[in-house]
Amino acid sequence: MWLIDSSIGRKVVMSVTGSALIFFLAFHGAMNFVALISEDGYNAICEFLGANWYALVGTVGLAALVAIHFIYAFVLEVRNIRAVGGLKRYSRKERPANVEWASQNMLVLGIIVILGLALHLTDFWSKMQLQDIMGTTASLEGLGQVSPTDGATLIGYFFGKTYVAIMYLIWLAAIWFHLSHGFWSAIQTLGWNNDKWLCRWQVIGKIVVSIIIAMFAFVVIGFWFKAHCC
Amino acid sequence: MDKNISFTLKVWRQRGPKEKGQFVSYPMKDIPTDTSFLEMLDILNEQLINKGEEPIVFDHDCREGICGMCSLYINGHAHGPATGATTCQLYMRRFNDGDVITVEPWRSAGFPIIRDLMVDRSAYDKIMQAGGYTSVNTGGVPDANSIPISKEKADLAMDAASCIGCGACVAACKNGSAMLFVSAKVSQLALLPQGQVEAARRAKAMIAKMDELGFGNCTNTRACEAECPKCVSISNIARLNREFICAKLKD
Amino acid sequence: MAKTIDSKIPEGPLAEKWTNYKAHQKLVNPANKRKLDIIIVGSGLAGASAAATLGDLGFKVKCFCIQDSPRRAHSIAAQGGINAAKNYQNDGDSIYRLFYDTIKGGDYRSREANVYRLAEVSNNIIDQCVAQGVPFAREYGGTLANRSFGGAQVSRTFYARGQTGQQLLLGAYSALSRQVKLGNVELFTRCEMLDVVLIKDENGENRARGIIYRDLVTGQIKRCSAHAVVIGTGGYGNAYFLSTNAMGSNGSAAIQCYRKGAWFANPAFAQIHPTCIPVHGDKQSKLTLMSESLRNDGRIWVPKKLEDAKALQAGTLNPNDIPDEDRDFYLERRYPAFGNLVPRDVASRAAKERCDKGYGVNNTGLAVFLDFKYAIQRLGKDVVADKYGNLFDMYQEITDVNPYENPMMIFPAIHYTMGGIWVDYELQTSIKGLFAIGECNFSDHGANRLGASALMQGLADGYFVLPYTIQNYLSDQIQVPRFSTDLPEFKAAEDGVKEQIEKIMNIKGKRSVDSIHKELGHIMWEYVGMGRTKESLETALKKLEEVEKSFWSDLFVPGQADTLNVELEKALRLRDFIEVGKLMAYDGLNREESCGGHFREEYQTPEGEALRQDDKFSYVACWEYQGAGKAPELLKEPLNYEYIKVQTRNYKN
Repeated sequence: MWLIDSSIGRKVVMSVTGSALIFFLAFHGAMNFVALISEDGYNAICEFLGANWYALVGTVGLAALVAIHFIYAFVLEVRNIRAVGGLKRYSRKERPANVEWASQNMLVLGIIVILGLALHLTDFWSKMQLQDIMGTTASLEGLGQVSPTDGATLIGYFFGKTYVAIMYLIWLAAIWFHLSHGFWSAIQTLGWNNDKWLCRWQVIGKIVVSIIIAMFAFVVIGFWFKAHCC
Repeated sequence: MDKNISFTLKVWRQRGPKEKGQFVSYPMKDIPTDTSFLEMLDILNEQLINKGEEPIVFDHDCREGICGMCSLYINGHAHGPATGATTCQLYMRRFNDGDVITVEPWRSAGFPIIRDLMVDRSAYDKIMQAGGYTSVNTGGVPDANSIPISKEKADLAMDAASCIGCGACVAACKNGSAMLFVSAKVSQLALLPQGQVEAARRAKAMIAKMDELGFGNCTNTRACEAECPKCVSISNIARLNREFICAKLKD
Repeated sequence: MAKTIDSKIPEGPLAEKWTNYKAHQKLVNPANKRKLDIIIVGSGLAGASAAATLGDLGFKVKCFCIQDSPRRAHSIAAQGGINAAKNYQNDGDSIYRLFYDTIKGGDYRSREANVYRLAEVSNNIIDQCVAQGVPFAREYGGTLANRSFGGAQVSRTFYARGQTGQQLLLGAYSALSRQVKLGNVELFTRCEMLDVVLIKDENGENRARGIIYRDLVTGQIKRCSAHAVVIGTGGYGNAYFLSTNAMGSNGSAAIQCYRKGAWFANPAFAQIHPTCIPVHGDKQSKLTLMSESLRNDGRIWVPKKLEDAKALQAGTLNPNDIPDEDRDFYLERRYPAFGNLVPRDVASRAAKERCDKGYGVNNTGLAVFLDFKYAIQRLGKDVVADKYGNLFDMYQEITDVNPYENPMMIFPAIHYTMGGIWVDYELQTSIKGLFAIGECNFSDHGANRLGASALMQGLADGYFVLPYTIQNYLSDQIQVPRFSTDLPEFKAAEDGVKEQIEKIMNIKGKRSVDSIHKELGHIMWEYVGMGRTKESLETALKKLEEVEKSFWSDLFVPGQADTLNVELEKALRLRDFIEVGKLMAYDGLNREESCGGHFREEYQTPEGEALRQDDKFSYVACWEYQGAGKAPELLKEPLNYEYIKVQTRNYKN
């Protein structure tokens, strides 16, 4: 199967799963942004994406995407380390001018993203969709029982804590770097590129990714402000 | 224009593929800046021979940047700090008095070290043998002008074909991927009607051979393109990906 | 035993000779081809194309090269282009005209039949290369582009940017790779031939049946047998130490054949290329060629006034400050019809003449200007950059001078050797079963090669000539079984090689190979260089004896012989370069005339043009080895011109 045993095939898997995750983030970001405008509106969305079959299928799909992306990343890394003859290679190495820092540190960035994801799932998903599935509600210190569909309250609760807000911003930065390379790299891997479009895709990628990350960041900062300055 | 510099050369010495190597430092005195890097190594070797020692082994041949024989990883760059040039086209005026210049061989599992700075790049020949050609015998071919080829396509093919097979792309790639090399050949032939006929077969065969030989996976860092002495573009890699994916989807 | 030279030129009118030959030659049937082994030494244009073609015909081919891959052969460095009589430009070109230009360019010292055949197959080469995917330059309409080159009044040169040799070699290399995949060709990379093995046949006649080679990585001496041996190992220009050749280019395979009895023809004919970057210091290892195509748009000049030249040499004057009227465009002045596009030997000598008179530029006084100011004014910088950009970049990297703003400096340097192993019409040497192709043989260029003709000859020999002619030889070899390398002849040859290596390793003197090689180079350039005299050549012979003596008494080769040893490789090649040097001097001394690349100062017109002595020297000088330390013996193959009127070359009008 070429998606498993050829180098380009493996990269195609990374590319496709990665692109799908970018789409997911775009939707997720847009939904979050609603919370800044109308908390009720946001909660309506939370309700809509509760324990319905389509939301569950989506969640399982997402989990699969993340898992595949993650597993392939490690498989590729192991192969690549083997291809250069081990971890110790050159005693002196300089990064050429046009090589982005992110492109050479995708795995490290990916691991930060995954760690952040774990935090994120504990903070939100476990208190929302998971509770909905199990038919229970989560209880939080200082808030008591929170309805799984009352996302807005959760957002306010967590982002009101400064350390949580900072951790989320760091996480978002890591995602930004990961995607700033990931976006055009995914397109390049699928072969939709040439001399003219190379630069264009890089710029488009940066803009798209910045918008997505900005949507998330605004929510974090906005709710922190609400908690501290209003 | 003609000034002399002194510096320290830190060179990787290794007797054989299996033996342990180490860096050896050599002080270099009063080297004219208009000598090429390889001529500087000649000077060092001459000094070593005069002392009764064995010279440093390194690959080189045409010394005008076209044969692809010279290699060397100098100060953290494949073919040294100059862009668009091979090691033999690197001149000492790029360096400063008092520098420590680190010289290492290409390091990649696909290119085992033979001795000192000389590596075995026969893997590239094997990849070429897997499909880097058009399957025509000598004779019996149509007139050269019978198939018009647009200037644009011919120029693009020439850009790709300018690859000299030196291995800098593999050496520079953090993953030890040979994609730029393979893509250059696949692109050149896929762009021309003569090579288009078996383009799909070629892409599959060359990639299979590349994978088999243990080269890494491309992660689009662009280091290959940046260090390529002939500035072969990664848009060739995009074309290779396209050719390969289409071929696999058709199967 | 008096030797007669039979060059086996077929009967019939010139234009029909090759057709007749092919129609009547003996062939080997496909089933028998599998049973026949052919060794090809060298993987340049000639070697690779021959190996690929013989492989696809079905022979079992073993191809040897000293580099790590066949693609490194020095054919790759040819920049300018390849000639063919396609007449795509409709400018009056034809096979006859290419033939005529080549003979004339070669100063009437080549064989008519060979050259005509070369011109004839030139068109097939272009077709073949295009089919292989060689990205030749194209016009907007999609047809192939051409440019003009020295010594021709038509545009017949096909090119792939400034990398024509590279692209053609990669084409041949890819065809070769395909045959390797198909199992018809076996590659021996990093292997150097050290002797050719001859075995007597039932008639007591020597035939080439194999080679002894050294695996350059392991240092092992090995044997390889075959029904025929082909050498395509290029020229011997590195005898001069500084040349445009690659560092590894050597004349050793040819010299080994010579020592075994193959005649060495016209060794004195060495081409000096006019457009090289001048020598800059004593540490320099090679001279870089700037493509001849630069002469299409660049104008060559030196100052008219001696005081300007002096100021330039002292570095007190900027060449751009010399007004046009004080510039001497000496090629345009002396040769109005061809101008800057005169053949290489003429351009080189003209540069030497100016420099000898003191008009040379550069701090050494050994350079002339090649100026693109006028082309930039006429065409614009963009057009010039598009055409020559990579060459300009290369020049700037080496010299630190920007050629868009300052004139380039160039000077002649040894580039190509027209001389080589003597071959007959079938490309067979004077030893049966031993063939020589490409630059390695002497054949088609006479006393001077025209630009863009080397690629043509290498590929013609490899693709379209040898694959036919070698069958004429092999057809009666089909009954001969494969040879065992255990035969005493192989052992004797191997022992000889080992003995030589041991002798070299045991000299244990004080001097490095390079230091002796540089000394050899100085002698060659000084006394067997662009202008030769009886005295200089006699001095050269004397000095070469001394160099040889110091080689055998003073050389130091570090390390061991039974492992990778680059110094040993170089030492073995240097031993042969000294032999080449002597041959060149002998031949130069014998040839009391000036023609092409061979300029005897005693024989020149009052205007300083070469003066041939057709009545005495219209022959190929073949030199036969007589043993170490003995002068070689001269044999003559007369050159009869039946179809061309021999004239004095005239590039003036």
